[in-house]
Amino acid sequence: MSESTMKPLVSVQNLCKTYGGEKRLFGGSTPALKAVNNVSFDIAPGETLGLVGESGSGKSTTGRVLLQLEAPTSGDILYKGENITGLSKPMLKPYRRDMQVIFQDPYASLNPRMTVGEFVGEPLEVHKLGGSRREREDRVASLFTKVGLDPSFMKRYPHEFSGGQRQRVNIARAIALNPAFIVADEPITALDVSIQAQIVNLFQDLQDELGLTYLFIAHDLSMIRYLCHRVAVMLRGRIVEIGPCDAIFENPQHAYTKALLSAIPVPDPDIERNRRPLVFDVGANLPREEAVLRPVGDRHFVLEA
Amino acid sequence: MAPLLEVRNLTVAFDTPDGTVHAVNDVSYSLEEGETLGIVGESGSGKSVHALSMVGLIATPPGRIVRGKVLFNGRDLLALSQRELFEVRGKEIGFVFQDPMTSLNPVLTIERQIAEPLRRHFGMSASQARTRVVELLELVGIPDAARRARQYPHEFSGGMRQRVMIAIGISCNPKLLIADEATTALDVTVQAQILDLVRDLKKKIGTTVIWITHDMGVVAGLADTVQVMYGGRIMERGPVRAVFHDPRNAYTWGLLKSLPHGGRRGVTRLYQIPGNPPDLTKEPIGDPFAPRNPFATERCRIETPPLAEVEGSVAGHKAAAWYDLRAELAATQVQP
Repeated sequence: MSESTMKPLVSVQNLCKTYGGEKRLFGGSTPALKAVNNVSFDIAPGETLGLVGESGSGKSTTGRVLLQLEAPTSGDILYKGENITGLSKPMLKPYRRDMQVIFQDPYASLNPRMTVGEFVGEPLEVHKLGGSRREREDRVASLFTKVGLDPSFMKRYPHEFSGGQRQRVNIARAIALNPAFIVADEPITALDVSIQAQIVNLFQDLQDELGLTYLFIAHDLSMIRYLCHRVAVMLRGRIVEIGPCDAIFENPQHAYTKALLSAIPVPDPDIERNRRPLVFDVGANLPREEAVLRPVGDRHFVLEA
Repeated sequence: MAPLLEVRNLTVAFDTPDGTVHAVNDVSYSLEEGETLGIVGESGSGKSVHALSMVGLIATPPGRIVRGKVLFNGRDLLALSQRELFEVRGKEIGFVFQDPMTSLNPVLTIERQIAEPLRRHFGMSASQARTRVVELLELVGIPDAARRARQYPHEFSGGMRQRVMIAIGISCNPKLLIADEATTALDVTVQAQILDLVRDLKKKIGTTVIWITHDMGVVAGLADTVQVMYGGRIMERGPVRAVFHDPRNAYTWGLLKSLPHGGRRGVTRLYQIPGNPPDLTKEPIGDPFAPRNPFATERCRIETPPLAEVEGSVAGHKAAAWYDLRAELAATQVQP
């Protein structure tokens, strides 16, 4: 879709994920829900693509299907130009190393009965990397340092950590295998406000240092604006607008994008008191099935009305 | 005129296997009738616990009100029996909680749930209550109210359920409405509608509101007075413009500064508050934010600063700080 100068690291083409719709035992079928409907985008190496939309818009499902944590109903997932859709588990394993994920709830993602050191070192063991036990421990220690945790914490258990520290542990595990691509699904939503900036800065530092590529899923639009190069806006399973961050925030074209941006509370009483959010009736403005994305500016596309 | 609510030296602790958690430490403030107070703070700041303990909604044990008074219309709520509190809760003080799905009973119709406080507190008949329920649903902007009243919670969207929660909260025309993270679980577009609704209700029925949130933006738009809490204490309090534009406590300043404010990476770097939230099982000595505060002095670590009127700001602007934040910022050339 976008004409990036670089070859994309990750592409999805016409991705669909439908839930339900199975035949019932006695005639008829269960109602089908198109959670992800004909979604296509590219992500260039070193780029951060933000994915925004309200709950139920399909943004998390897009991330999960992209990583093949769930099988797509149709469509293709390309990694470095190779189609990896529907590969068998052993065939997919080398790609799994390269593509990692960080989830919203930093505690639910951790294993309460493993020390955080074991947890971060586990992928090295699974992929038979990191050499001897000693070498592996050294690697884990260096990962701890990299994410801003004291390596002396390695022997501790998850419950001994605060939310921000737990998310640092999850990030350390995600980067243990030197991945090129990370899907971060609402990684700061569950964190305390005073910790969010720490984690956002860490994401940025790791990208600068390791050249990581991110798909950053969030509903906090001010953080998306801060961190992302490009943004895709989803509504009911469709991308309704995609483009460079500045274009989306300063020159939004789709009525839904405009409504979404107008609804962000601004932490300034003088502005906030005069802000008038635009109303967008989703039910009356559902994207038409045959609607396609049309270019409206440099790498900026909008779903036609 | 006496304030509607006066909290004096409220101190709440929880006895847990890991030790005593000092959740609320010596919190005092007052709230005038018709005022909207925004309480900002993160988890563990004591913002929710202090509100719940005012009306006997914390489990005792493990919770324990160590000392304090909560004068509501001149009556000390902490001295009331549970039976007397039943009469206050829902009737004089309404609540709206964060999660509309877990707060509503899934097997009762919306009508039954809104009617419950009306029948209990006012002894309304079923048909009187029904009329009032439909009125309330219309007031909170639920279309087709008469039909919707007979439906169950699962037939409502998240935003609609939160409207129902607000309808329950205001059903008995409470003098005070306490909303605890009432829009946190909602999408921003729905949140905007709920906030509009609350502003509208304030105009129509003049309710006094305590709005508890972690979102500085929500407070900026809704509150007259903002109160920033951290480690169970009030760090700063005052008229919303004064606190946002001229913060005098380092935590308030750090919170505001760590927000992106429309900035872009590469151009700006987010200011980050160093360190981690406080361990509340430690004896609360000194300024709870001192370990994370670059401007902290020796005194901050050993002596708790009082919440005192600040110099050179508007009346009612108070901060708890031994350091002079304005002077420190000027000296370090950091822009507020």
